[in-house]
Amino acid sequence: MLRIEKTTENHSEILSLFGEVDASNSVILDEAIQELVDGGSKSILIDGKNLEYISSAGLGVFMSYLEDFQENGISMKICDLVPRVFEVFKILGLDQLIPIYKDRAAAFAD
Amino acid sequence: MKYSLNIACQTSALSGLRSFIQQALVSVALNDNEKHQVTLAVEEVCANLIIHSHGCNPQDSIQLEIIDSAEKLIFEISDQGKAFNILNYKSPDLKEVMLEKRKGGLGIILVKKIMDEIEFESENGTNTCRLIKWFRS
Repeated sequence: MLRIEKTTENHSEILSLFGEVDASNSVILDEAIQELVDGGSKSILIDGKNLEYISSAGLGVFMSYLEDFQENGISMKICDLVPRVFEVFKILGLDQLIPIYKDRAAAFAD
Repeated sequence: MKYSLNIACQTSALSGLRSFIQQALVSVALNDNEKHQVTLAVEEVCANLIIHSHGCNPQDSIQLEIIDSAEKLIFEISDQGKAFNILNYKSPDLKEVMLEKRKGGLGIILVKKIMDEIEFESENGTNTCRLIKWFRS
């Protein structure tokens, strides 16, 4: 089960993820990000506080936007990942490609 | 101990697969982080089979056996679809995945990094992928 809440804070669009992202529902994450891009968002923060699990299907969604975001000056940050989920980002080296912060305040401060 | 599960070839079966593995691993000698990672690795192999070998056909199924011995944990994943030998697939470079906007390929990297040994065999129409995690104590 995956639920995504969209809010705005500090001129950033925030996507808060609740539950688990796998191959059955990663398209929901993809659509949520695409919707922000289509709406002209330049700053996206993914809040992972309530993200319990993510498989490569979800990680691949983030990866697929990185190049476009770089070209179009869109910033995507991730914050508040629970340790075991953060570990998975680190196994792949995604923490080197996407800025990851311990909480929202740290993400906004940078 | 030995646990068996039959998984219908649809992605909605993945969350049940995770619950089953978590249950089976309750008393094995891995920490929570390691349990989370081996669960992910097994799911990645199953998701690959469901999507690429079985085209998400729920009439097809995959068999999972978890064998928990004194020194290691073995996940045996069998199916009767098109053989997908993970050992023949080179882990793609992360930059490649990013530039080609490929949403696949990451799963294979994860499986290879998380598991200690991977074996594959195909015999009489049944493909078996064995993922092995050694206990370190």
